[in-house]
Parts: sequence; structure tokens; C-alpha cells
Amino acid sequence: MTSAGTTTHANDFTGKKGRRFRAARIDWASLLGTGATGLATLLIVAILGIILGNIFINGLPHVSWRFVSTGTATDMFDVNKAGILPMIFGTTARVILMTLFVLPMGVLTAIYLTEYARIHSPFTRIIRGAVNNLAGVPSIVFGLFGAGFFVHFIGRGMDSALQSGGAIVWGQPALIWASATLAVMTLPVVIIATEESLRAIPQGLREASLALGASKLETIIKIVLPQAVPGIMTGAILAISRAAGEVAPILFTGAAYYMRDLPSSLHDQFMDLGYHVFILSTQSPNVDKTRPLLYATVLVLLCLTFMLNIVAIFVRAKMRKKARMLH
Amino acid sequence: MAETTLPKITVALATQPAGTPTSLIEVQDLSLSYGAAQALKSISLGIGEKVVTAFIGPSGCGKSTLLRCFNRMNDLIDNVRIQGSVKIAQQDIYSQEVDVIELRKRVGMVFQKSNPFPKSIFENVAYGLRLQGITRNSQLAAAVEESLRQAALWEEVKDRLHTSGLGLSGGQQQRLCIARAIAIKPEIILMDEPASALDPIATTRVEELILDLKKDYTIVIVTHNMQQAARISDFTAFFYLGELVEYGTTSKIFTNPAKKQTEDYVTGRFG
Repeated sequence: MTSAGTTTHANDFTGKKGRRFRAARIDWASLLGTGATGLATLLIVAILGIILGNIFINGLPHVSWRFVSTGTATDMFDVNKAGILPMIFGTTARVILMTLFVLPMGVLTAIYLTEYARIHSPFTRIIRGAVNNLAGVPSIVFGLFGAGFFVHFIGRGMDSALQSGGAIVWGQPALIWASATLAVMTLPVVIIATEESLRAIPQGLREASLALGASKLETIIKIVLPQAVPGIMTGAILAISRAAGEVAPILFTGAAYYMRDLPSSLHDQFMDLGYHVFILSTQSPNVDKTRPLLYATVLVLLCLTFMLNIVAIFVRAKMRKKARMLH
Repeated sequence: MAETTLPKITVALATQPAGTPTSLIEVQDLSLSYGAAQALKSISLGIGEKVVTAFIGPSGCGKSTLLRCFNRMNDLIDNVRIQGSVKIAQQDIYSQEVDVIELRKRVGMVFQKSNPFPKSIFENVAYGLRLQGITRNSQLAAAVEESLRQAALWEEVKDRLHTSGLGLSGGQQQRLCIARAIAIKPEIILMDEPASALDPIATTRVEELILDLKKDYTIVIVTHNMQQAARISDFTAFFYLGELVEYGTTSKIFTNPAKKQTEDYVTGRFG
């Protein structure tokens, strides 16, 4: 059978020996495909380029050491007087604090879902559905939730439990509640990223550990988690990217319009870069005078978000190398 | 086509084959099912101490499942139902008072796919010892060396103990897994097709190693390779469709089997 087939084929081939190849024709479908997809890509790149270019060109001349290292003491709408140190501080603080909240919660949830819960039980399905739905909730809703749950319920509850003597210490918008609200908002991102990395770990590694007499917890701590660290860091990076520029969730939970001093404790309010951009663009008495300031502030916000990401990516790269243990 | 001519198995008579020393593992009427699918049908057999016992049979015959009953690895799977008993040194390992972690320290396992941890060679072997709370470096180093020597890997890796276990070749990785298993000094080593993913040379090395380990350990090995079973085992059990068809000394199973089915399988007429 096979040999006969090959023979026919060979005959076919030699039979056409000397015949010219058909002339190439323009393949319109292929051209259209390349063109349409290429154009779309170009458009995206162009839009991004215009946005970033615009901000850089208009913002960079006004970014100075004085601008990023002083407060808004004299006139917060005057580009020659205003500084944005309090906003840089506030945004950085709330992002770092949020990461500290969201990582343990998200990682523990993901560990429960992959290592302990039965995959197909209705309970697990409900949790997973809830996590996915949480990711789709508009951020302003998180803001309202944070105001109701963290500020009023937890905060006020703490005040009466700690007997602050009628004074409101925790029961007001504060750095800690804004960070907690952002943590709730970014929880799904961390859970999903961690879960994916946990599922990617070969079952054989868990079995090998258990077969050596390790308990489930020992296996998770010594074998599973170290392998999942790069995935967890990916979750952290995504969470930071999403949270750094968000304003809605912190509107009612901690961001201040103006503060004379930097926040000194977790229950202080704070100024925020994103919120400040909103203030500059809507509250200024002199729009033309404020415009350069607005550009410069947006540029700093972009750079800060970018830098927080770079740090997280750098940490992940180090961890990944360690986790793979390849050398 | 051989499968259709196979006669229906009606009896699974299994007693301890003649010539076995007192059996270390005693399986009594063991049935196991995954949900509705029955994987093992009332298996009874005894496995002797410090011998190599091979489980053979076509894929899906339940031999790996039975092997994984001996260290309760099946506990990890949802919807597993087990009836009957497995006794190791006269103790029912499925009874409430048996600590499964203690059991797995005494019954080691080597898997089909070599699965070294993404750690250094040293840490791979030391893993089980560290679990037992051994932290003294000198003690760990001595135990790691001894295990690697026993696994015939020491000479190849002694100069790179602190490089990744994943950097070894397939055969070396499997011997590393064996070293890791014997480091905690189990009494029994279960091997689930340990050489099926290895080339012939690496397979030979692992087989030599198994023969060598027989002096100190009781070994139960699942294999697809008939020649391998014949070469290394003292006793052979043939399984088919979840039943134990025949169990006896390896020489008897391969040269003078009592059942037609066994003969068909070991001579390669089916399976």
C-alpha cells in the first residue's frame, strides 16, 4: 500500500518535470487581513503615543525638584508655587498599604480554592463566581461600600470598643480605610493570578512531598508556595496597576481635598495624585494658570504608577529565578 | 483482537505463593471504586519481606491503584471508596488510629514521572529528613551522601550537590527520586513504573539499583515491561480488569503459568 502510494506520487512529480510554476497572483484576502490588523495596531500605538507625547511635552518643563518635594502651602492652583509631595506620599502609601492587605487575603483564598476545596462542589463554584463578579463591580460602588463598611461599621465600631471617649479617631475617612477598600477591589485580580499559578504546579510535586511524609500544610508551605511566588507577584503587579490611578474608591474613604501636613498615622486622611488631578481640572479659579500644573501632575502620576510596577516586576523576576532553581 | 477471545474471569483465587517468607503486606478482600467505576475487585494477596514483587497487567487493570493503596495515596482523590483491608506488619493501615504521615514515612514511593523538587540535589534528598526535624548539617550531609551512594548516584553528583535537581538527566532524576525516598529509611518502597520514561541504559541502571536495594527493602513495582518483571522480581502478580488473575513466583508465572490468560499476556499475545 505504502510503497504503491509513494510510487504514484513520484510519478506525478516527475511527470510534471519541466512545467513552469503558476504565476503568483495577488492574494487580496491576505492583504486585507494584514492591512486591517496592522492598521488597528497602528491606531492603538498612535493614540498611546499622542497621549503620552502630549503629557510629556506639556508637563516635563514644569516638573522640578521643588515641584515634587514641597507641599501646596501657598496656592495649590499656581504652577509656580504649588508642590505635590503630599499627593505623591499619599498615593504611594495607600498603594503599599493596599498591597499588604490584599496579598495575604488573596493568596490565602486562592490556596483554599485550589488546595483544600473540592473543585466541583457547589460551594466552591459559588465562591469562584463571587470572585469573578467582584471583578466586574464598578469602582464607585467599592467606594460606597468602603465608606459604609470600613469607615462607619468597622471604624465607628473600633472607636466605641477602644472607648475613645466620644472622640472620632477611626470612624472617619482615613488612609487605612482607603487602602482596605482598594484591597477589596483588587482582591479578584490577586486571587485569580495566584490560583492560576497554583494550578500550574505539577501534581507530581505535591504527591512526591506527601509520599515523603509531609503533611498537606508542609507541602503547601515548602513546595507549592515557593513555586507560586512569581504568579502571586503578577497578581500584585496587576493590583497595583489597577489601584494606583483609581480615584472613585478613595473618594469617600480617605482622600482629602486639602491637608496642611502629611498624614502621620493610619487614621489620618491623605491627599492623592489622582484625586488632585480631578481637583485641579474642576476646581481651579484660573484654568489657564492651572493647566501646566495639571500636565505636570498627570506626568508625575504616570511615572509613579510606572515605577511601582517596575519595582514589582523586578521583585518578580528575582523570585522567579529563585523558584525555578535553574542554573 | 486477542481481547475478544479472552475468557471471562470468574475466580480470583489468591493465596500467598509457596516459598514466601512471612508476608509484610497483607491485602484482604480489597475493593476500590472511583465514583461508579470499580477499579479493584476483591483483591487478596500477601507480599513478602525483602523481596521484589512485580505487578503486571494491561493499562487500567488496577495495578497502580493497588500500589497506591499501600501508602494511602488514593486518599487524595475525591470519591474513592475502599472496602476490605490492607495490613502492613499486622496493622490495618486504613484504621482510624493510623497516622497517614507515619505510614508514608515507612512506605516510600517512586513515581512514574520523575518529580524532583525544584531545589538543589542536596535539598531534594534532605527534604524528608528536614520534615522529621533533622537540622544538624553534619547529620544531613552524612544521610544525603549515604542515600545518594545507595541510589548509585553519588559519583555523578558529588561535585554539584548544590545545583538544581532539575539539571540532571532523566535517568539521574529518577535515581535522585529513589535516593530521596530511601533517605528517610522506609521499610517498603513502592515503585510505579519507575523506568517507563527512561532510555534502555538508564533503565538498566535503575534495575540494577532495585536488585541492590532488595537487600534492605521490600519493593513492590508496577511495570508494563514484561522483561523487566522477569529480570528483577521474585514474585509476580498478574492483574486484569481490576482482578488478580494469578500470583506466584516470577519463574512460575513466566514459564509455567496456571492460567491461559496469564500465559497469553506474558507471551505477548495480548495487552
